[in-house]
Amino acid sequence: MKINPRICFATLVAFVVVCFATAVSSGQDMPRFRWENFTTANGLPDNHVFCVLVDGNRIWAGTENGLGLYENGAWKAFRPSDGLAHQAVLSLALDKRTGDLWVGTMGGLSRVSAGRIDNFTQLNSGLSNDIVYGVGMQGELLWVATAAGASRFNTRTGQWALFNERNTPMYEIWTYAVSPAEDKVYYAVWGGGVLEYDVETDHWKEYDDPDGETQLVLMKDQGLIHEITTSVSYVDKILWVATYFGASRYDGRYWHNFMKKDSGLPSNFMSQVKAVDGNRAWFSTDKGLAYYDGTNWAVYRPALDTHKPEMLVRDAAGTVKKIAVQTAPAHNYILGVDFQGDDLWVATAKGLSHGIRQHGSTRSSAETAQILTARKSAQKK
Amino acid sequence: MHLSIALRRAAKLILSAFSALAAIFILTLLSPNARPATAGERTGLNQRYLSPIEMALSADGRFLYVLCEASDEVRVVELASGKVVSAVPVGRVPRGIVLSPDGQNIYVTNAWSDTVSVIDAASLRVVRTLSTGFEPTGVVCDRRGETLYVANRLSGDISVIEVSTGKEIKRLLAGRGASYLALSADGKSIYATHIYPNAGASRTQPKSEITVIDVSRQIVVERTPLHNVAGVFHVALSADGKLGVAAQLRPKNLIPLAHVEHGAVFGDSLTLFGSDVGGMIQIPLDELDRYYALPWGVAITPDKSKIFVTTAGSENVTAIDVPKLLAFARTRPKPFANDLSAAGNYVTSRIAVGRNPRGVLLSPDAKRLYVANRLDDNISVIDTTTEKVTALIDLGGPKTTNALRRGEQLFFTADDAFQGQFGCANCHLDATIDGLQWDLEPDGFGKDIVDNRSLENLAGTEPFKWNGGNPDMPTECGPRTEKFFYRSQSYTQQELTDVVTFVYSLPYRPNRYRLPNGELTPAQERGKAIFERTKNKSGKPIPQNNQCAYCHSGPKYTNQQQVDVGTGKSTDRSPVIDVPQLPNVIYSAPYLHDGSARSLEEIWTVFNPKDTHGVSNDLRKEELNDLVEYLKTL
Repeated sequence: MKINPRICFATLVAFVVVCFATAVSSGQDMPRFRWENFTTANGLPDNHVFCVLVDGNRIWAGTENGLGLYENGAWKAFRPSDGLAHQAVLSLALDKRTGDLWVGTMGGLSRVSAGRIDNFTQLNSGLSNDIVYGVGMQGELLWVATAAGASRFNTRTGQWALFNERNTPMYEIWTYAVSPAEDKVYYAVWGGGVLEYDVETDHWKEYDDPDGETQLVLMKDQGLIHEITTSVSYVDKILWVATYFGASRYDGRYWHNFMKKDSGLPSNFMSQVKAVDGNRAWFSTDKGLAYYDGTNWAVYRPALDTHKPEMLVRDAAGTVKKIAVQTAPAHNYILGVDFQGDDLWVATAKGLSHGIRQHGSTRSSAETAQILTARKSAQKK
Repeated sequence: MHLSIALRRAAKLILSAFSALAAIFILTLLSPNARPATAGERTGLNQRYLSPIEMALSADGRFLYVLCEASDEVRVVELASGKVVSAVPVGRVPRGIVLSPDGQNIYVTNAWSDTVSVIDAASLRVVRTLSTGFEPTGVVCDRRGETLYVANRLSGDISVIEVSTGKEIKRLLAGRGASYLALSADGKSIYATHIYPNAGASRTQPKSEITVIDVSRQIVVERTPLHNVAGVFHVALSADGKLGVAAQLRPKNLIPLAHVEHGAVFGDSLTLFGSDVGGMIQIPLDELDRYYALPWGVAITPDKSKIFVTTAGSENVTAIDVPKLLAFARTRPKPFANDLSAAGNYVTSRIAVGRNPRGVLLSPDAKRLYVANRLDDNISVIDTTTEKVTALIDLGGPKTTNALRRGEQLFFTADDAFQGQFGCANCHLDATIDGLQWDLEPDGFGKDIVDNRSLENLAGTEPFKWNGGNPDMPTECGPRTEKFFYRSQSYTQQELTDVVTFVYSLPYRPNRYRLPNGELTPAQERGKAIFERTKNKSGKPIPQNNQCAYCHSGPKYTNQQQVDVGTGKSTDRSPVIDVPQLPNVIYSAPYLHDGSARSLEEIWTVFNPKDTHGVSNDLRKEELNDLVEYLKTL
């Protein structure tokens, strides 16, 4: 059989174009949002928003000066004068069974239950420290990350259990975030890697950066990316970790690390990672909000130079494309996210943002035409 | 002759001995230091009284199920004959009863067993036993009969139990002392009340709440605050859903107990809530010269014409005309809970019933009201039209009244106080505590504040009062209570002995923190070692009188001494404090003599800066937690 080099060439070109079109298309399929931003101008207690939590139609925002509740189109603030343990709210967790909200503050732990606030501090309870960086529910157990180790509160019996350098491999006690699940509980320990608690065996295990406490990455996918961890998210038995020097994904056997230089992350400095599932996650960085769908990346932010709304999409091949958008989160310094169906709520250093998911005809006509032309061309050849 | 003389002498001796014994017996009775009945006497005296407390009607209206707290059973009364036809044994100290919507099951909460007994209404047998929180009391069932809600008094929460599986699926946070529940007429909401106030800052007005549960979502959606209210008892909702009523106590514990004659101790009142009153108001039940102590059970007639309230300390049922009440309330925009002239505008009658009336129940046609007379073991039947008692149903308890029962009757009545204002049970609710701190002495505002102490198993813990000023119980319950508190005539010696007998008979409530096998958890073991340690962590001996187990020694964990442990306040006359007993200490927050420590932790983290109340400042946080875990087991 004689091979026609022209046909071969045409086939090759078609293949490349289809791949390109598919890549472009994949990038185009990254979620797009119309952003509505809240600041003190429209009732937010403070613009410096540390954390956000969605409870159905109610949005809780933990700010530097109070806990905000957005409900029925209006904000209500809770501060120490209303009974809150401290005005600086660092973390939030919802007990979905009871509707009670747990609030980690710079001055203790508050429980908000149908408007009543009860406080737990290192003086009046078994809580190990009043600086509460992280909270998470696991059935009836509340897991707490504090500046002096981890605490676990049994909401049924009232018993506290403390975990620190004396009864776990926690060589650094500055616990920064916690992600409890049915089988495991993970702690991000600032400067101490990740701690894993196994519910069945009641044992603790430590995960550290194989490169030690340096910023060098000699063995990129052989362990945790860095010791300074700030956030953990354990979903579908996959652990995601955010650090100040990149992010990690761990499936129980293999580590995969993400850095700015070889991923779509806009920065290695991260305050939070929140997984959608085992393949998809949102990253809160100091240079914008990043989304990873398992292949492609998207970044949402006000452009760093012009401050105009910006959306960047990076495909599997590393091609970065700028998508024209009209809105962006309130600031590029992102501190946390939570999901409300397909929508996002985003805590930033300068306001709270509501990302309203745009479905269907959100692509610009020029972009659509570009993709269709590429596909037609490939089909002809 | 000699024999005769000898016999006469012997007879004289015997007579003398008998006289001496009789004299001792009489002296014992008359002595100001009269002792309570001994254990043996108590055993002999301990007849099985019933203490009916709550009721429910069978689906067909033929039978009245009466919950008997003291005999641990449900007595079944056939209403046509007025006779008890059956008795169903349940768990310990039953306190709540409700029927399933189809009438096939009777659910009974057992406060001291932490269970719900499920009784098959046809066979009158317990067919299942379900687990709850600590000290389950009130219970309701949703309209579908799928879910039980149980108010747990000691754990301050509400168990949500799936009827089909019998599993407790979750607990909802309630207030302290969660006790009574009512389902709204539309079945969409459950309202919970609490016999103790919520924890608050020291020396502030007590606050309670009505906790509202959304039945469809099974979560708490609202907490209606009740200001200046401590004990709240039954709650009822009108059939149209527009009016709610809760019986309550308004304590006046922030002012010295020096104005009993002006009613400055308790306000017996109701909270009304709902759209009929445009939110929430509190109304008084008392009158200027007569009080109606401890409002407890509440019923609203279906046509919303009347409210009936039992006053547990006053042996009365108060009848209220609702239209008059609402009209009066609408003309009084300002709060009038303390206006003792108000009740005359809406109270239509005070119906005398038996001792310690508690639960009330309307017949389906609302023509009769049943009232459980807890300390008479009978049921008063009231004609709701004439507001007269028309019948008395005898539940079959003992026909004689022994010292314990007489003492209990005296403990729960307010009749011994000036104008019937209050009784022992006003502060010692259900013979426990009230969660309040009182300014008892007439020495100025805010001086010598004292926390209400537990009455459980007090024998061997003398002396009494926080300063140890009363050497024995007759002194504690006698002149101090009669003259100073009650401003009334003294008890007779027999009455005093009876009250003391009853108080000394109060047992420990079950401790829920001990493992069933009596062993300690690792944390409790570590805490015990700290409690019993004789050296601090650097190996230095701790002075004996600063060791936990020295002062808190013996079976009651008190050496019965008075010491200065540095917890006295500048407002106390003396820093010397009676060493308190520790059993069940976990149930009696807040702590220290003045209730200034809101939790066990604060005893050491806040009020022991110089290690004068035991050595605690060398402990790590987890070690202090271990100590607390151990103390919970005592």
